[in-house]
Amino acid sequence: MIAIRRINPWRVLLYVVMSLVAIFYLLPVFLLLITSFKSFEEVSLSRMWDMPQGIYFESFERAWSGAELEGGPRGMGGSFINSMRLTIPATILSCLVGSLNGYVLSKWKFTGADTLFTVILFGMFIPYQSVLVPLVLVLREMGLYGTISGLVMIHVIYGIPITTLIFRNYYAGVPTELVEAGKIDGANFWRIYRYILLPLSLPGFVVVAIWQFTSIWNEFLFGLIITNKPEASPVTVALQNLAGSQFTQWNVQMAGALIVAMPTLLVYIFLGKYFLRGLLAGSVKG
Amino acid sequence: MTTMTPPVPPRRREHISMDQWYAFLVIIPAILAIGVFVYGFIGWSVVVSLTDRNNLNLSQPAPFVGLENYYDVFRTARFQTNMRNLVVFTGLFLGSSLFMGLTLALMVDARIKAESFFRSVYIFPMALSFIVTGVVWQWMFAPGNWQNGDPTGLNLLFNKLGLPFLMRSWTADNAVVPSWSIEGLKTKIGIPSAMIPVVIAAVWQMSGYVMAMYLAGLRGIPDELREAARVDGATEWQLFRFITLPMLQPITLSAVIVLGHISLKIFDLVAVMTGGAPGNNTEIPGLYMYEITFKANKFSQGAAVATVMLIIVALLVVPYLRYSRAQEVER
Repeated sequence: MIAIRRINPWRVLLYVVMSLVAIFYLLPVFLLLITSFKSFEEVSLSRMWDMPQGIYFESFERAWSGAELEGGPRGMGGSFINSMRLTIPATILSCLVGSLNGYVLSKWKFTGADTLFTVILFGMFIPYQSVLVPLVLVLREMGLYGTISGLVMIHVIYGIPITTLIFRNYYAGVPTELVEAGKIDGANFWRIYRYILLPLSLPGFVVVAIWQFTSIWNEFLFGLIITNKPEASPVTVALQNLAGSQFTQWNVQMAGALIVAMPTLLVYIFLGKYFLRGLLAGSVKG
Repeated sequence: MTTMTPPVPPRRREHISMDQWYAFLVIIPAILAIGVFVYGFIGWSVVVSLTDRNNLNLSQPAPFVGLENYYDVFRTARFQTNMRNLVVFTGLFLGSSLFMGLTLALMVDARIKAESFFRSVYIFPMALSFIVTGVVWQWMFAPGNWQNGDPTGLNLLFNKLGLPFLMRSWTADNAVVPSWSIEGLKTKIGIPSAMIPVVIAAVWQMSGYVMAMYLAGLRGIPDELREAARVDGATEWQLFRFITLPMLQPITLSAVIVLGHISLKIFDLVAVMTGGAPGNNTEIPGLYMYEITFKANKFSQGAAVATVMLIIVALLVVPYLRYSRAQEVER
């Protein structure tokens, strides 16, 4: 018996459309890759879409180390390190804070706890422009203006709404009977957290960690305002400076963009499932 | 562990209250931080917007001027242009992202081959910074001297592919279509052409997100529902129109809120892609606030612009938060 599959023209159209859209999504990445791996001699706007003659790392070297001595741009290497020193501690602290808040607001609800949660949640929607000036003044008073520690603190604080939201929803899925059983066995607030909730929390921590890592790494406005000197600026600000400089060849800008994109893209490639869960947690409430 | 529920023993009161005390203790820092850094600072900004302050030296008093800063800002052609751009950007960005997201979700959900490949390709831009997106798309949309046979970026690609009629001036085009004048307004009403590339870049970045949301929604619709309707003789279009679409309504609402608030406070993408140019044709309040506050030291006017932004976002978000809170209580 030979089954002859009829070709459904609608299915063909479906694949054609989906492939065209996929090309639209991949085209900028294609340009990013072919440009940043070209040698300086090959770089010309009229040959923008030509494939590189070989694999060259000159653009990356220039983007990373800069060419300040020749009057060129500042390198992004230092800022890359800054971003790491900023993003990693802020992510870890955010996870801890969010987990504890979520625990209280899901398993130890007091009168008004839900209203309080909504009030906290509003914080994630505000335009940060409406807190910038007081923020600068207060950080200056605290001696944290222009420092990485200041930025860490800001990201942890303004991360409270989203991290609390994700953990609160996550813990809502843990049966309350488990907590009740713990109470009956005489465990207190901390022991219930430590021995019942925390061991179940790994996926929650992964989702929140990825979310915070990605958003803090990619953040720009706070980095721009709070770091007043290039030595302290995060990598997004450094890229903007590089791209805004007239002395920067565009292949160097593209290499810089790839350097900034790499860490979060790697997270997406290897932990895509959790990345997606974070995205959806941030959008579908309750 | 809980297969047999024992009768609940009478609890010792002080034990419970101790735990409640811990719970409160744990949540206090969050309350304080949000109270000060969100609500306190917003209040402070509003106060600054009602005074006349051109420096950040707090020991110098700033006279109270009421709503004068708001009046001054709204009267400028620049801010009126900003608001027009914001409406245009938000409308086009929201509409396109929702359409694109729903279409992609329906296609990916149609039992296709290589589903995970397509899904991953459509979502990955979400992992990128708006700064990266801005830098790359800025070069894609660099028009070159295309009228004189020297195109660059997408124009060059279109030309090579034999599609020269697609060539545009993109971010360098300072036209506003249709450019209506309205009595009392200092800006022209219409769509600034240079805004289109910015919208395309934003849709490129965010529509995969909308797709992921719709996909989660589609997977949540029970198959029996569609089967039952099919048995009753419903066409595929009727299925979509009267079952799928209504079931996806909550998703659409979430998507509008999430994309809407991102759109209303957009800053980075525009700052990198166009910097507000040409003229102020792509400038939006988020960028304007930054420019007048941190470059021109007009702190009071900057605070007024920030407050206007906050009010616009709140008009969108607060009803939604109240609504979802009411829903949660219902459940």
